[in-house]
Parts: sequence; C-alpha cells; structure tokens
Amino acid sequence: MDHAAGHVEIPYTVSPRPDTGLYNGKLGIWLFLASEVMLFGALFSSLILIRTGSPSWPHGWEELHVVPATINTFVLIMSSVTVVLAWANLRLGNFKLGRIFIGVTLLCGLVFMGIKAYEYSLSFAHGHYPSTSDFFAIYFTMTGLHGLHVLGGMIVFAYFLGPGSKMWHTDRARFTNRIEIVGLYWHFVDLVWIFLFPTLYLL
Amino acid sequence: MAQKRQIRIGDQYLYARDAEKALREALRVAEAEEREHAAHQEPWIRRYVFSTDHKWIGIQYGVTALSFLLFGFCLMILMRLQLGWPGQAFSVMKVLGENRAPGGVLLPEAYNQLGAMHGTIMVFLAIVPLAVGAFGNYLVPLQIGAPDMAFPKLNMASYWCYLPGGLIMLSSFALKDGTAASGWTSYPPLSDIATRGQTFWLVGMIFLITSSLLGSVNFIVTIVQLRAKGMNFMRLPFFVWAQFVTSFLLLLAFPPLEAAAVLQLMDRVAHTSFFLPSGLVVSGTPLTVAGGGNPLLWQHLFWFLAHPEVYVLILPAMGIVAEVIANNTRKPLWGYRSMVSATIFLGFMSFVVWAHHMFLTGMGTIISSFFQTTTMIISIPSVIILSALFLSLWGGSIRFTTPMMFALAFLPMFGIGGLTGLPLGLAATDIHLHDTYYVIGHFHYVVAPGTIFAMFAGIYYWFPKITGRKLNDFWGRVHFWGSFVCINGIFFPMFIQGLAGISRRLYDGGMQYAHAREVASQTNPFMSMSAIGLLIFQIPFIVNFFWNAFQAMRGKVTVGSNPWEATTLDWAATSSPPLRHGNFEVMPIVRRGPYEYNSPEATNADYLPQNAVVEQPAPVLAPPTAPVVA
Repeated sequence: MDHAAGHVEIPYTVSPRPDTGLYNGKLGIWLFLASEVMLFGALFSSLILIRTGSPSWPHGWEELHVVPATINTFVLIMSSVTVVLAWANLRLGNFKLGRIFIGVTLLCGLVFMGIKAYEYSLSFAHGHYPSTSDFFAIYFTMTGLHGLHVLGGMIVFAYFLGPGSKMWHTDRARFTNRIEIVGLYWHFVDLVWIFLFPTLYLL
Repeated sequence: MAQKRQIRIGDQYLYARDAEKALREALRVAEAEEREHAAHQEPWIRRYVFSTDHKWIGIQYGVTALSFLLFGFCLMILMRLQLGWPGQAFSVMKVLGENRAPGGVLLPEAYNQLGAMHGTIMVFLAIVPLAVGAFGNYLVPLQIGAPDMAFPKLNMASYWCYLPGGLIMLSSFALKDGTAASGWTSYPPLSDIATRGQTFWLVGMIFLITSSLLGSVNFIVTIVQLRAKGMNFMRLPFFVWAQFVTSFLLLLAFPPLEAAAVLQLMDRVAHTSFFLPSGLVVSGTPLTVAGGGNPLLWQHLFWFLAHPEVYVLILPAMGIVAEVIANNTRKPLWGYRSMVSATIFLGFMSFVVWAHHMFLTGMGTIISSFFQTTTMIISIPSVIILSALFLSLWGGSIRFTTPMMFALAFLPMFGIGGLTGLPLGLAATDIHLHDTYYVIGHFHYVVAPGTIFAMFAGIYYWFPKITGRKLNDFWGRVHFWGSFVCINGIFFPMFIQGLAGISRRLYDGGMQYAHAREVASQTNPFMSMSAIGLLIFQIPFIVNFFWNAFQAMRGKVTVGSNPWEATTLDWAATSSPPLRHGNFEVMPIVRRGPYEYNSPEATNADYLPQNAVVEQPAPVLAPPTAPVVA
C-alpha cells in the first residue's frame, strides 16, 4: 500500500509544520480523540439520565466484582507507563528496549481483557445479563465498548510488534511517531476506564 | 545580485528564485512520473476501485451519492402517487412487490417504510456524501493548493465505509418484513419494537457514522496542515471555510448518535431497555423487558446530532453558492470576514439548539426558554451569510450562466426555508405547527431548492474542471427552470396544509380527517403532479451529465483549465487533473485573497488568480555602452 500512495508526497507526514507545530498524524489523533470524548460523553450522559430517572439504583460494589476491577485499573495504568517508555526508548534510538515495552503494553492489554472476561463470566454465572436491569445494561454496554477500544489498541500494538516494526529500519522517525500516536490513543482508553471504574463500581 | 530578476515560464512571470523552485518541482514531478512508468503499471483495481487519490474518491462519492439521490427521489414519487390519489392502484407501485403493494395499491406499512427510507437516504446517503464527500474531497485539496488529502488511505476507507453502509440499508428492502419504518428519526419505543429492518438501519448507520468520522478528521487535518505557501486562513476561499466548520460539526455531533445507535442496537439485540419505559403494552400484551428506560433519551441524543446535521447540509451549499456568485458577479464577496465569523459562530451555536425539536415533550418552560433563545440567536449568523451573499450581487455585472441561475435561486429559496423556521423555533407557535406539513415544507425548502440547487450549481460550475467539458447550457436552463417551477409546486402548498393542521406521516395525506379533507384534496394532486414534473425535468440533466462525461472519457475536451475565469487555486490546476500525480504541475504560491475580481492590479484581465504574479513594469535598463577600448 505504501508504495501506491508514495507517488504523491504528502507534506508534514513526519516532521511538524512550522506554523502549527504539529505533524499530520498527531493532529489527526487529537481530533479523533475529541470525537471519542463525545462518544463516551454521550454514554455517560445517558447513564446519568437513566440513573437519576430511576426509582432505585443498585450499589456497584454489591453487584459487581471490585477486586478484579481494581487489579485491572492498575494493569491499565501500568500499560500507560510502558507505552510511554516504549516511545521514549525509540526516541533515544533504542529499538530493542522500545520493542520490549511495546510487547509489555500488549501483554497488559491482554491481562486486562482476560480479567474482564473473568468478571463477565462471574456476572453471567450470577444470572446477570444486559437484559436483567438498566444497571447491567449500561454496565455491559459501556465496559463492552471500552473493551472493544482496548482490543483495537492491542491489534495496533501487535501490528507494530510484528510486521509494522519493519518501518524502523526504513523510516525511524515515522515509526516513533506512530508509537506516539497509538500511545495517545492508549492513554485515552486508559482515561475512559479511570472514569468508568468509580462510576460503575464504587458509586 | 541585489536586483530581483524576472524569468518568463509559459505565460507566467516569476522571480528568479521562484522560477528555480518551479523548475526543480517540475523536474521532481517528471522524475516521479518516470518512476511510475518504469515500475509496473498500477493495477486497475488500485486505480479505480480502491483509489487513494482524493479526486477519484470525490468522483466515486459524487456518482454514488447522485445515484442515492435519484433513488430516494423515486421513493418519494411512489409516496406522492399514494398521497395525491389515495388508495388507487398504480402499475408502477408493483415494483414494491405483492407484500407491500398488492395489486398496485400501496399498504400503510409500506408507506411508512418508504417515508423512513426516503428521509434516511436523502440526508445520510445522498446530500451529506455529495456535499462533503464529493465536493469537499475533490475541491478542498485543490483550493488550498495541496497535493492530496493528509491521509489518502483513510480517505479511501471513508468511502468504503460509506458504500457498505448504504448497501446494508438498501438490502433491508429485500427483507420479508421490510425496511425500517419509524421515520428518519427512528423514535423509540416504536423503533425498539419494530421489525428487523430497523436493525439493518442501525448497523448501516454505524458504518455511515464511521465513514463521516474518518472523513472529517481528514478534512480538518488537510485544511490546517496542507495549505500551500502563503495560503493563510483569511485567504481561504469561503467554500473551504464552510467545509472546515462542517467537518467539526461532523466530528463532534455524530458520536452521540453513534452512542444512541449502539444503545438502540442493544435494546433490539440484547433486550436491554434503555429506551423502553416500564409498563409498556404492545398490541394488548405487556412487554417482558426490565423497563425503566427513557424514550426521550433517544430524542436528545438524536437531535444533538441532527441539529448540527442541518448545518452540515447547508454550510457546504453556502460555500458553493459563494464561489459561484463571486465568480459570476465578477467582484469580491461582500463581507468575506463577517461571513467567516458568522460561519464559525454558527458552528458553535448549532450544538446548543437541539431541543427546539422537542418542545412538545414537556421539557418544562425554563428549558424551552433556553432553547428558544439560542434558536433565535443562531438565526443571526445565517442571516448574515445570506445578506452578504445578496449584497454581493449589488453593482456586479452578473453573468447569468447556468450555475449562476441555480446559485441565485438558492438565495430566496433558502430565505423562505429559513424564515419559516422562526415560528418553529418558538414554543408557542411550534406547539400548533409541530409534526404538521408546515415542518416538512420548512426543512424541504432549506434542503431541496436550497441545498440541492446549490449542489446543482456546483455540478455545473466544476464539471469543466473535472472533465474538461462544459455541460450544455440550453439543457441546463431547461433543467433549471423546470426544476424551479416544479419544486415550488411541491413544497409551497405544504405550508398551507400545515397551517390547516394536516399532520405529517399520514398514509392518505389527511383525507380521513374532516378538518383536513378539503385542503388535502385541493393541494395533494397538484403537488404530486409537480413531483412527477420534477422527475421529468431531471432527465435533461441526467442525459447532459452522462453524455458529456462519456465524451470527456473519449478525450473530447472542449474547454481550457479555467473556463469561468476564476481566481481560486482549483482553477490553477489543469482541467481533469491526472490521478496520482499530485494536483499541480508547479506547487502554487498564494499571493492574495480568494476573490480578486476586477482588481485594479489586474492589467490584462478582470481577475487576478490567487497565485498569479503581477507583472511589474520592466525595469528601465541603461543602454548598453560600448566597451571602452583602452
């Protein structure tokens, strides 16, 4: 694909445009994250509207499993640290270490998804499904959508760990930028969880 | 050397420094071309199907969207046949099949399906993709002097999310129980308990939202990052500004609808009850769901998108009209800066007016007052833009070309559409007019003789750029006058109907209601005949369009690269710019604002392109002196 688009050279793909101080991908990911804020913002607003309109609302900690979710919170925060380390090492030209940290981040995502699946299975075992109540409906919808975002990030990390890493040898700066961009996305996904965890489990 | 020397290349005078750059650039282009030919020829599928070139993607969007436009129009013709002559058999109705129109008589549930699909197709599959996907894609990079969009592959992905989304929606016509039938607004609880077609609608919608999300990110980054040298924000053509603000609306307003679509999908597939209140009884049996949901939640999320969506429909249209008017009045736009500020303000305000669609839901007077106020405020920037366009006509020597005819018709038509919106923005009058044909008349005036006419203006105006041929002027005029008369014949009587209290979405157009029968029987057949007339007057356009497109494909090019003598950068590129080679033979350098018509600086024409170098009077050189021989 790259060689196909390569005939037309798009400026500022790698180096920042002087007057805006941004390269294209970085502006792009910030705009994308702005739209993601609107997506999750709409869901949080829905949660507030349904909850305030409901005569009774269960305590999250009585219905859900706080311990695995707490572990998951730490796993996700850890992964946000490792993704920065990956980028920092690549910036320093340390490809080997950078790659290891990409791998660790991917592993954190995997652990998160595993624990999430375990939590879901516990809920199902208790006979709690999305159709059970509005609380479980919003719980499964929001954590499910968040899970899809984690999965999306993991696919991107897996790509950069595998076939995507070839770019390091041809275009070092661009590869580093790509890790920065997926890192920004990963922080956002992390941040969504930071909001989801107290709202659903602790309130 | 201190003195700047000028060199002539082609018909341009350039400073030596610029000329050197230009030559380097030309060399680079030539080398790239060489390389491409040397490398294996690009496969056909990459070139024409999964193309990453913004121009080809723009054409793909344009042709697809125009097809959907015609399709959505045909659905409306079937509806109008039923409304004009309720309960009569029409042989054309048999295309819907025996289960929808037995013996050629349309069934009520099929009427609802046609209504829902007409609205959805026209808004999400026809107008937005045409205005943003086609015009935006083709023109924005050209007008800002960029080689392509910032993310060519995302651009391709955007089209390839749009097409499947549309096809998923259309495929629901093949379902036994039919398509979505809950209107383009898909209000629950009806849509929650509707047939499978609604699920197709939701899945299609998620594809379309993804498509416009990818597109809007791409547009904003392109406009911010890839402007040519010298193209600062206040030198952007108004069309680019309109697309810029539109992209922000798409970026930020669509995600809440995506959230809403996910929630409704959960309601339908996982049996949650986000939008289902407790104690709902359907056909005599209580629904076995958890309940406790809120149908109004959908309306809030939907209109949070759908009000900015109105501006997504209208802003690119205003952009096109502005370009055509400036070009054909041969003078700068009046109040360019105030138009730009008004557009930005409009963009912000459009996020805080949505609940004026919901005055009848019992929100309470305080919230209603808030939204009435914001609605009155948002009318101000629209009036500024429209007034500026009107004032731009003042004192111009107007060329009445076909695109100009459509652009001129846009102004009063959008004016009618906008002004009839004011009574709907005030709760006291809206309570009477809500859900009547008055509302239908209002928004169709904005979108049909408004936006669609602007789209036609754009097609007639930029067709020579894309193909190298002008569309036939005589048939263009036939198309214009026929459409203009017929379209008013359809939509103006709707105001009369609405004021008479005829509700929208009635299967028989109101004939079963005593208060409505007289007005309905006098207006509906006339409106339906106008609709058929409108269909007939599209035939010259369709023939004109395809005949010229085919002639152009055979290489019969009749006009040069700038047949309208326009100033913006799109006209600095060659006509039908080649795919995959960037857009400009020489990367343009922008030296002035977008509308330098009748500029005193221009010496040999009445216009000065944005990138033109003004010819300085030749420096007076001292006569060569004979060498002094010692």
